Amino acid sequence: MSDKQQSIIGAGVPRIDGPDKLAGRANYAADNLPPNMAYGYGVFSTIAKGKVTRIKVDEAKRMPGVIDIFHHGHFPSLYRTPSSFVQGNKVEETRLPFEDERVYYEGQFVALVVADSFENARAAARHVEVEYASESAVANLAQGLEDNGTQAGGGHSRGDAASAFDSADTTIDVTYHTPVETHNPMEMHASVAYWDAQGNLTIYDASQGVVVERNALSKIFAIAPERITVHAPYIGSGFGSKLWTWPHAIATAAVSREVGRPVQLVVPRQQMFTTTGHRPETRQRMRLATDGNGKLVSLRHEAINTTSFTDQYVETCGSVTKSLYSCPDLTVSHATTQVNRGTPTSMRAPGAAPGLFALESAIDEMALAAGVDPVQFRLDNYAERDESQDLDFSSNHIVEATKQAAERFGWHERNPQIGSMREGREIVGYGMAACNWEALKRPCDARVSLRADGTAFASCATQDIGTGTYTIVAQAVSDVTGIPVDRITVKLGDSSYPDGPISGGSWATATTLPAIAGAARNALDELKRYATGSNGIFAEASADDLSVADGALRYDGKQASFAEVLDAARYGSADGEAHTEAADSKYSYRSFGAHFVEVRWDPGISHLRVSRVVSAIDVGKVINETTARNQVEGAVVMGIGMGLFEATEYDERNGRPVNNDYAEYVVPVHADQPEIDVILLDYPDLAFNEYGARGIGEIGITGLAAAIGNAVHHATGKRIRELPITLDKLMDDVPQAQSA
Amino acid sequence: MRHFDYARAESPQQAVAAHGSDRDAAFLAGGTTLLDLVKLDVMQPQKVIDINGVDLDTIERLDDGRLRIGAMVTNTALARDERVVEDYAVLSQALLAGASTQLRNKATTGGNIMQRVRCPYFRDGVSACNKREPGSGCAAIGGVNRTVHAVLGTSDNCIATHPSDMCVAMAAIGATVEVQGPEGTREIDFGDFHLLPGDTPAREHALEPGELITHVVLDAPLEGNRSAYLKLRDRQSYQFALASSAVIVRMDGNTIREARVAMGGVGTKPWRAPEVEAALKGKTASEALFTDAAKLAFEKATAYSQNGYKIPLGQQAIVRNLSDLTAA
Repeated sequence: MSDKQQSIIGAGVPRIDGPDKLAGRANYAADNLPPNMAYGYGVFSTIAKGKVTRIKVDEAKRMPGVIDIFHHGHFPSLYRTPSSFVQGNKVEETRLPFEDERVYYEGQFVALVVADSFENARAAARHVEVEYASESAVANLAQGLEDNGTQAGGGHSRGDAASAFDSADTTIDVTYHTPVETHNPMEMHASVAYWDAQGNLTIYDASQGVVVERNALSKIFAIAPERITVHAPYIGSGFGSKLWTWPHAIATAAVSREVGRPVQLVVPRQQMFTTTGHRPETRQRMRLATDGNGKLVSLRHEAINTTSFTDQYVETCGSVTKSLYSCPDLTVSHATTQVNRGTPTSMRAPGAAPGLFALESAIDEMALAAGVDPVQFRLDNYAERDESQDLDFSSNHIVEATKQAAERFGWHERNPQIGSMREGREIVGYGMAACNWEALKRPCDARVSLRADGTAFASCATQDIGTGTYTIVAQAVSDVTGIPVDRITVKLGDSSYPDGPISGGSWATATTLPAIAGAARNALDELKRYATGSNGIFAEASADDLSVADGALRYDGKQASFAEVLDAARYGSADGEAHTEAADSKYSYRSFGAHFVEVRWDPGISHLRVSRVVSAIDVGKVINETTARNQVEGAVVMGIGMGLFEATEYDERNGRPVNNDYAEYVVPVHADQPEIDVILLDYPDLAFNEYGARGIGEIGITGLAAAIGNAVHHATGKRIRELPITLDKLMDDVPQAQSA
Repeated sequence: MRHFDYARAESPQQAVAAHGSDRDAAFLAGGTTLLDLVKLDVMQPQKVIDINGVDLDTIERLDDGRLRIGAMVTNTALARDERVVEDYAVLSQALLAGASTQLRNKATTGGNIMQRVRCPYFRDGVSACNKREPGSGCAAIGGVNRTVHAVLGTSDNCIATHPSDMCVAMAAIGATVEVQGPEGTREIDFGDFHLLPGDTPAREHALEPGELITHVVLDAPLEGNRSAYLKLRDRQSYQFALASSAVIVRMDGNTIREARVAMGGVGTKPWRAPEVEAALKGKTASEALFTDAAKLAFEKATAYSQNGYKIPLGQQAIVRNLSDLTAA
């Protein structure tokens, strides 16, 4: 890599897919309208628990345009997938759609109408009469504990946390609660499926993982994976809800085969709250203790989360707690309790987002109890190595991140006394929290072609879910070949391309780029062979003598563009493929950072807002300054939603999600967004991969809600241990209902 | 597809005739409520009379100083009208505090008055709801009722708030609703237009079947008035009021000669608070006065399982608005 070429890595290259999106040329799943396509529309259970006792479809079947109506008594026989992460065929809800008459959650598919238009399908769906034998639903975490207790979900333990706690100088024992949050990507879940005459399945799906979906469908339909193609070139975001295949996609593929036509199904917004996953409700007990010097001596993080009655999903709230702070005696435990809700799934920073709300709030409480400034307390207690794995961190700059952000934020101006910082009618609160996320690099394949027209082509079966993957892949190809980004075509989101990772867990950058770079180098080697072959433009040279710069080969003072080399050899392209392996386990690979948050509380009108955020983020090398910053800013805004607004409310009497639309499920709007100042530390983590990049999608949301809560405590003196921090929780003397 | 008859009317008379006082007919103005609820299958009109062609989109000053607003004037046009901005700041502010730009561009004055409640149990098509299915009960009582449920004017049959911001301002200003019916025109006092749920929550307003709102006539502005709308909610925009206040005052130095106060987000209808107004009249402006006066508005309030906070929050909305308006 020449110096000049290196500069493309890290540059704020504009998104190469931006113009297509802006012009409406980017086709999302439901934009695909194959000829003769029919439309599916679901009938969804109106009870959360029980059985379907009868389905009357006669009237609906006679309605205009109706082709067929499927339900548990009329649905093709399918197979379950083993749902193995290792085998790459995971789904979150293993129960097949229409498998039996049981109802496990409100909003479960109980029938599916297929008709010649969306409107006809929907109208008929409303005339399908379903009778139920309803049972008393388990509506929330507390009821789950009463009903079925807990199921173990793993953990970590070192030393003897209980004894250390009992003999410590200062202790806290507090319990935090986080509600169900629903991903709510703008693009609704949607599938368009069709089968050709040879029995090959094509599906356009809003998917964050085309390879895993292909493999899961291969198991479910018991056909070879080569006969299935999953397309997801553009996704209107997912936040985790589109990582794994949900019942609607399976049902769409199944009924398409039955009716012998392409079928499209879009999940209505209301059912995006029921049948496509959510972040589960958590209850987290935190017991911390320090010695007389403010050093943590005992830490216990015991988390329970809700899961469905069909599958166990563990929200690993303590995943960060194991290694963020140095503590010899520590216990992390995870457990689940079953409720009548759909199966939960990963939502941006799964485990860490609710887990760091509890941990970083509790650390604030511990610091106050120990009489130490919260920043200093963290600097005194951050782990220098990963004590949970007994490994060094590959690269850890959390101390610098914390100090830089504190400086930029002006933490030294904080008067620690509660409610002491006033500006007019507002009380200003300062709070901070650490952020943390694991770095993972998975196996990956990629292909790069250097083409006779002077362009390059790169492909990989990963996805761009709106984060900038297309662009950074082009940057990597440009970095290796010197071909400018505007002459590089990148194709992603197609399961027929070389196997790539899911777009989740902040894995995609670290996983995909080394494979892309490897493929580009292999293509260059191929090109050099062409150049030095008998018809080659540098036939007199050996491949090792050639150098590469700016899309050309150089030898002995002469230069030939890639196009000229290929033209001389009469080849259309020089192709390279590469396979890269998962990260080794020599180090603990993690990303770090710190958020500093200013809130303003106007007690006269009970108005709380986040007025300023400074975040310093250490994610290794930043590949694209613009898209990286955008990821952190977006995550901070999502963290404000988590802190102040978001909660899916279930009626405790019957388990029905109540606020299931964009009006009542409150997420931040532009007016809620403060000044967000993002500091990107940019230290390459070269032990992790050749670019030194660790990925940046999740880390920005971790810790943010805790930083808000800590700032709210500083402003108001109130410690809100149950998200979201809504204004009613901060008001004094709130009248209670006279009756139930 | 669900089929329905569709007719375009070019005059109020034509619209009313096309409607035919049919209980399954609906007028279509901006459509921001009707289309929404039809898509949710909560409303199933058999006949839709599109009134976008009727000539009711002007605002005129009457000789007696009142302002006559056509029912089809959009929320955006009304909020930006110079006479409204000048004489009825509270109304302009209330309109701009509502919904989003896109919705305000479509939503009309008449439609806003007629908008239906946002109670999720009303909108889900399944739960017990006496508005949607008279006699089925009210799932909101004892259910999820933190945001769009009232503490004033409730009954055991319904606790949904009236969602409009515009109507709260109109309640404070005082207005007359002009109506075209099969038998001709009539006028309804704005305060009598929206009905309390009582035992008949499905009956939401004073219109007879087939009657069409043609105009809203605002009372003449109080001379030298100051007015403002204060809306409190979780997020800064695009949310219905948790509590709001529309306040108009006429001051004489530091003395309140006259005050008009109405509230949103807390009542089952746009909620005028005459007891607060009486307590303020002729008094010297002070925080203590406002606090005591605001309390009066909630003497008969009922807290439900999640919305008791609206009782103090509603008082804060009044006190802060009064404090700001009466400050120098």
